[in-house]
Amino acid sequence: MNNIVVLLPVLIPFVAGVILIFFKNFSTIQRTISGLAAFILLFSSVFLTYHVYQDGILTLEAGNWSAPFGIIFVADLFAGLMTILSGIVGVACLFFAYKTIHKDREKFYFYPFYFFLLTGVNGAFLTGDIFNLFVFFEVMLISSYILIVMGGTKYQLRESFKYVVINIFASALFLIALAFLYSLTGTLNFAHLAQRIAEAEQTGVFNVVAILLLIVFAMKAALFPLYFWLPNSYYGPPTAIAAIFGGLLTKVGVYAIFRVFTLVFIHNIDFTHSVILFLAGATMFVGILGAVAKFDFRHILSYQIISHVGYMIMGLALFTPYAIAGAIFYIAHDMIVKTSLFLYAGVTQKITGTTDLTKMGGLLRTYPLLGWLFFISAIALAGIPPLSGFFGKFAMIVAGLDQGQYIIVFISLLVGLLTLYSMIRIFIYVFWGEPKIENDKDNPVKIMPLLLPIIPLAALTIAMGVFAEPIFSFSMEIAEQLLDPSQYIESVFKE
Amino acid sequence: MEILMIVTAGIIISVSTYLLLTRSILRVVFGIVLLSHGVHLLILTMAGLMGGSPPLLTEDASSYTDPLPQALILTAIVISFGVTAFVLVLGYRTYKEHKTDDLDQLRGNGDE
Amino acid sequence: MKTNYLMLHTITRIVTFIILSFSIYLFFAGHNSPGGGFIGGLMMASGLILLYLSFDLKTIKRVLPFDYSTLIATGLLIALLTGFNGLLFGDPFLTQYFDYFELPILGEVELTTALPFDLGVFIVVVAITLLIILTIAEDDS
Repeated sequence: MNNIVVLLPVLIPFVAGVILIFFKNFSTIQRTISGLAAFILLFSSVFLTYHVYQDGILTLEAGNWSAPFGIIFVADLFAGLMTILSGIVGVACLFFAYKTIHKDREKFYFYPFYFFLLTGVNGAFLTGDIFNLFVFFEVMLISSYILIVMGGTKYQLRESFKYVVINIFASALFLIALAFLYSLTGTLNFAHLAQRIAEAEQTGVFNVVAILLLIVFAMKAALFPLYFWLPNSYYGPPTAIAAIFGGLLTKVGVYAIFRVFTLVFIHNIDFTHSVILFLAGATMFVGILGAVAKFDFRHILSYQIISHVGYMIMGLALFTPYAIAGAIFYIAHDMIVKTSLFLYAGVTQKITGTTDLTKMGGLLRTYPLLGWLFFISAIALAGIPPLSGFFGKFAMIVAGLDQGQYIIVFISLLVGLLTLYSMIRIFIYVFWGEPKIENDKDNPVKIMPLLLPIIPLAALTIAMGVFAEPIFSFSMEIAEQLLDPSQYIESVFKE
Repeated sequence: MEILMIVTAGIIISVSTYLLLTRSILRVVFGIVLLSHGVHLLILTMAGLMGGSPPLLTEDASSYTDPLPQALILTAIVISFGVTAFVLVLGYRTYKEHKTDDLDQLRGNGDE
Repeated sequence: MKTNYLMLHTITRIVTFIILSFSIYLFFAGHNSPGGGFIGGLMMASGLILLYLSFDLKTIKRVLPFDYSTLIATGLLIALLTGFNGLLFGDPFLTQYFDYFELPILGEVELTTALPFDLGVFIVVVAITLLIILTIAEDDS
């Protein structure tokens, strides 16, 4: 079997990144190649997902070594959807970067590491064994370390040192969990693990490993109480980088939690998934409190990331097809909206030179398009129908009521309200009132090129709301595939 | 032998934990290096030690060492090699920019 | 203070060659016995660093006028392209092929497609190690 299509979303950015190293001093060539590569990447992941949709789960056995022994890549619908989303975010942030990234940063390998980051992200989505998940995490993290310090301002150096150390510590914990898992089951292949753990007696030690893995992924996904590194480290880097981090990186942790807790550790749901449920509620609530308390555009958005990761995890914790479908819909919505919100923060920063809300004001007069686009994304994030945020949330809340989990439903509704409050507050501070920046009227900053990558994202948000029915039934299919691990296992071992 | 190895790994990891919690950047970096060593040792031990046996060569070998953990550790070593180099440079640059290697002074204030 | 480096220089001249040839041996040994691109590469990098240490940076830069970041990219590209050759025969990515050949001087030799892959790794490791160490060393200001 030769399913190179499975590996394309990993190989294309990798090859592109390598080729870009050669052209580090030629800005135009770099931009041409990276733009082309990003579109090819997006196209290839759509192609992959279409294939998976038609033919069922696809696998690729690297080096022709068969399943439990060799390195294996598995593309199911969920992984396919995630690669598409990472492609969309990748293209949008890249085009934003063209207009905003400093020339010096281009010379210091901005584009190669951008593509290595995408390699790691897509690899983590598509890998079929947990050690390779670790490896692709590292590919992603090392690229993110470099992107986050790029430019080397004092603030960046200080905050990234903490970011780096925390992530290295998480990686070490990941390895420890892998060591335990390997000694318990003798395998690291996801499908094989699922089989072996299903056969084994459910002793407490499996719970230990499950929680250890949960801690590791929670650190990457910024769950309560391991979110403390996120707000400050996402504040420093340039907008394009902060946007791709905000859109993608935490979602990789969420993806890993979904993968492990729908495929491998599903035999002690009472324990593991109630821990996850508690974390979901706490993450949502603490995250939104941070967002309400802050007065800085980017800090608010960073806390919003944390809070909305809670929603996704809540869908998993309820563990019914309807709830998981809602969570998947929510992930798709959140990646698109979060990226665009970070890009708005970049645009307003470009106009006013600050991200402090109290120093901005009155932008709606000079830049009406920007204001209303932001308004669309903001209320989409808060979950106002008919925009995209509503439907995922609605499904999860209905599922929560079905399950009798009234506390989490209450928290999620409250958090929705507070999200609306904090987004409207940004809108009022930034776009209403009297302009506080001098010379605003006579000499408006040309923002059309900056808005170009944002408009498709905003259009997607609206489209996801208008066409919620087909997209939700697609999420439903993904959820059913996730909740039926035998499909995954059979496709890996091929009877 | 397993007990000895596990105790060693435990000691290394606890020392590295201590170093990670100190205030000097360089010591934190040393903590990272030690932590990765301790973890690699743990992987090797958890997979089962077969003192002196070679990795599997033929199917009728009576005792063999599992080659997979060694491959895992090699991968992990390569990764930690790269990461260590990066953290060293990062720590050095931070020291140069801020003129201090005391993490307490690098805390920054909450309102930035 | 003027230091006399005579001992260091003399020993370096001899030892470097031993290290470099041993690193190449390790590289070729790698397929079935201990060794390989990574270890060989590290060994070669350490030999070259010995050169940098005992003679000054400028001299060695003249002798080894490589741009290490380009070298890294080259190595990665070699390794990647080797991975793709499986596709020509309809096998998955990274499939390796091997066969035995009769070569004039060396006799019967096993040649594998893993060798160019390892060569890529070798180049990457040498270049990365040197790049890291030289970057830190050059920052003397």
